Amino acid sequence: MANRSKRIPIQHVVGYVMSIVLTVLAAWAALNSNLPVIWIIILILALAVIQAGIQLFMFMHIIERGTGHAPWQMIFHGFILAAIVVAGSLFTMSFGFNHDHNDDGGHEQHEQHEQE
Amino acid sequence: MQLDEFFVTGEPLIYAGMVAIVLVTSAIIFLLTYFKKWQWLWREWLTTVDHKKIGIMYILSALAMLFRAGMDALMMRTQLAFPDMNFLNAQHYNEVFTTHGTIMIIFMAMPFLIGLMNIVVPLQIGARDFAFPFVNALSFWSFFFGALLFNISFVIGGSPDAGWTSYTPLSGAAMSPGPGQNFYLLALQLSGIGTLATGINLMVTIIKMRAPGMTLFKMPIFTWSTLITSFIIVFAFPILTIALALLTIDRIFGSQFFTVTGEGLPMMWANLFWMWGHPEVYIVILPAFGIFSEVISTFAKKRLFGYNVMVWSIILIAGLSFLVWVHHFFTMGAGAFVNSVFSISTMAIAVPTGVKIFNWLATLYKSKIQMTTAMMWALAFIPSFVIGGVTGVMLGMAAADYQFHNSYFLIAHFHYVLIAGTVFACFAGLVYWYPKMFGHKLNERIGKWSFWLFVIGFHVCFFPQYFLGLDGMPRRVFHIIPEWMPLNQIATVGAFVMGIGFAVFVFNIYYSYRHSEREKTGDPWDGRTLEWATPTPVPHYNFAIVPHVESHDAHWDMKQKDKTIYNESKLEPIHMPNSTGQPFIMMAILFFASFALVFEWIWLAVAGLIGALVMMGIRSFDYDEGHHVEVDEIKQTERSARRL
Amino acid sequence: MNADGSNAKPLEYQTKEGQLNILGFWIFLAAEIVLFSTLFATYAVLFNRTADAPPPAELFEPGTVLVMTFILLTSSFTCGIAIHGMRRGSVKGLMTWLIITLILGLSFLGFEIYEFVHYAGEGATLQSSAFWSAFYILAGTHGVHVTLGIGWATLLLVQLAQRGITSVTSRKVFIIGLYWHFLDVIWIFIFTGVYLIGMVV
Repeated sequence: MANRSKRIPIQHVVGYVMSIVLTVLAAWAALNSNLPVIWIIILILALAVIQAGIQLFMFMHIIERGTGHAPWQMIFHGFILAAIVVAGSLFTMSFGFNHDHNDDGGHEQHEQHEQE
Repeated sequence: MQLDEFFVTGEPLIYAGMVAIVLVTSAIIFLLTYFKKWQWLWREWLTTVDHKKIGIMYILSALAMLFRAGMDALMMRTQLAFPDMNFLNAQHYNEVFTTHGTIMIIFMAMPFLIGLMNIVVPLQIGARDFAFPFVNALSFWSFFFGALLFNISFVIGGSPDAGWTSYTPLSGAAMSPGPGQNFYLLALQLSGIGTLATGINLMVTIIKMRAPGMTLFKMPIFTWSTLITSFIIVFAFPILTIALALLTIDRIFGSQFFTVTGEGLPMMWANLFWMWGHPEVYIVILPAFGIFSEVISTFAKKRLFGYNVMVWSIILIAGLSFLVWVHHFFTMGAGAFVNSVFSISTMAIAVPTGVKIFNWLATLYKSKIQMTTAMMWALAFIPSFVIGGVTGVMLGMAAADYQFHNSYFLIAHFHYVLIAGTVFACFAGLVYWYPKMFGHKLNERIGKWSFWLFVIGFHVCFFPQYFLGLDGMPRRVFHIIPEWMPLNQIATVGAFVMGIGFAVFVFNIYYSYRHSEREKTGDPWDGRTLEWATPTPVPHYNFAIVPHVESHDAHWDMKQKDKTIYNESKLEPIHMPNSTGQPFIMMAILFFASFALVFEWIWLAVAGLIGALVMMGIRSFDYDEGHHVEVDEIKQTERSARRL
Repeated sequence: MNADGSNAKPLEYQTKEGQLNILGFWIFLAAEIVLFSTLFATYAVLFNRTADAPPPAELFEPGTVLVMTFILLTSSFTCGIAIHGMRRGSVKGLMTWLIITLILGLSFLGFEIYEFVHYAGEGATLQSSAFWSAFYILAGTHGVHVTLGIGWATLLLVQLAQRGITSVTSRKVFIIGLYWHFLDVIWIFIFTGVYLIGMVV
């Protein structure tokens, strides 16, 4: 109980400050840095995952007394599924033709785009 | 809008359907009024939150849907019996195969299994109801009204006709104007709410409400398969929700997701649909595996062989089910790399499935098999399902799939897995748990008749279709060429034999209701799991005293040790939820809203949506705490149920 | 689950019903993750398919988006403070912080509506191309969630005023707290995946 009856919720304040900092960092990386685009994307996605973690662990108390294991397991699997859905869709809908190798299929695909 | 645009006109078969609907509805209204049963209907059924009654309503609705979609199937088989047959025209044939597929999967297979889960799972884990009884009622009514919305389409507005997969751009506004596809989209959306809610409900129930002592690996296998199925539901149904919503917005509000204009991407629909659709087929097959496992171990009088392996193979199948969706559209034209990845993951699923087959066989090995009807369904399942599974692996090889795709080979394959798997399981489960639900067994002699008719009919109907596929007959054609006639005629005969088998099954329900011996012990099959420890009829609170579980096959264990779960001196008042009409009303309002949206009457739909939100607000302020069943009442109930 | 000394658990976990509801809501949130991920997938696949409409990099305004992000982050923080107040047993603190949260939520919605109207004025509407359909539906679904959350929290404020903090109301408030934080999680990914990447590529 002692932890909960603190007047100032330090955990929340720390979490809040961290999310602001991470947001600013991500915005800076995207708008003002000279990194290659692919690195920017990887970096800001990583920052987003960290921020999501802050929300889940510091604000939503995904692990605390009384909660049990099911919540974090479900959220964890939810994120895995999200990755499968997003990456899998991109992979499938690329038709496997937009990779670096320039086979015949790739040409067809590009031509189609141009026609559109 | 003119009345003749609202109602479907010009088809004698549909006029007959209308007349039948009017007659049946008036007969029901007349009977309810004549016997003064309206109040009984409302009090005992429409407002109930009791999982057993909700389960019964699920199963009755599913049987009605099986009848309806079965009629669709017979109409198709009639049309295909002769070359250039004119029983159905092209448009009508399109509508019939669309509704057949959609109803069988969404409104027959799933509700049937969910109905069995409703009745059995709380009893198997020693719980008194679902975690959220109110939500459970809400789920049922959302399914019920979804099914209603889908089914009225054939007399009002016109049925959807783009196949159960509803592929874009065919199903988009440009190529399928009118309400038909909207019926499909909104009916699935409406019933999807309920399915998702049931998934969450069952998960929480199984995770949190097991009897003390029942660890996860002491759970009955059907409960395990339900837990994993719920997991798949929770993660797969949101994908369908979004896919349906996007297509609805495309059709009604002019967005460009799946259109051929505005740089839309029609194949994205197939991608999203199968991301849900493949897990969906496991949603309907895993509970079936669970049912067969229960039936086989009960009637082989043995503990299920390799219980832990069975559980892990279910988990593995569930995981893999999210990684194979592209095998439904290899012929989309993706490159070799994409197709290879999904080809390999597809074939990998055969491994855990094969493990399960061997475990069932090992359970049967050297056991004293009791040839009951339920067991016969389970035994017929194993070889039939293997045929379906092996041909599935053939389809899973991407290069070969270019030959098999959309041919009758595919049709034969998925009917072999879905009928031999899911439908046999529904029948096995219904026969097996019937005494628990209604207090008497189904007649075994008639049951075996229906079994033999259905199973023989099934093989006669679908085995030739493999060869039709190899002969080049594509699916969804309404005219056959003379070369395909002999095999098609055999298939048609088989389909009608299946129809007779189903009719005999339904007759058996009536016959057994009249003539079967009433159940006295509550354990007619000498069962192994906790549901057989309850008396029959099951009291509405299920367990007077929550049992303490010490082993897997808890009831069997208790019988060996001569223990019972009932002890009059330990009774305490039981807390139970109150009945409520809110789920019914809320879903009726959403039905109204969806119906309005089908016809794109936007303001009416908005009004309906607001009505549903108001109902949710009312629910938020509803602090109904339920009631307590007093000890005296429990004593009386138990004494009469246990014939003490 | 372990150590069932009920004193140690917060009020919302003390009844069986509370535990069931909170777990059920977590599972619902897991389903919501997949729901939004499907929208993200659609958005990602349809990226660049703008047809005749202007591309996102031309329309997205870093300033507005950053302000929206800070508003939502702050509202998530104040919502956390509200729950903290509830666990300390202070109805007044809880209600005050919850109202602040809702005001922030409303201003977020205001910005979002302004943004949508602005884009539509520039010729990027729901109907104009696959990309913009995906954008509006993704951001719009989040917006609808925020709207529903505001309505729901308002109902709970009334119940708090009527009943104070009980095991039932605390459970309900805790759950809407989860919901509100979750919307922030989704927004972080919209901010990153839609706006930042849209401005970079």
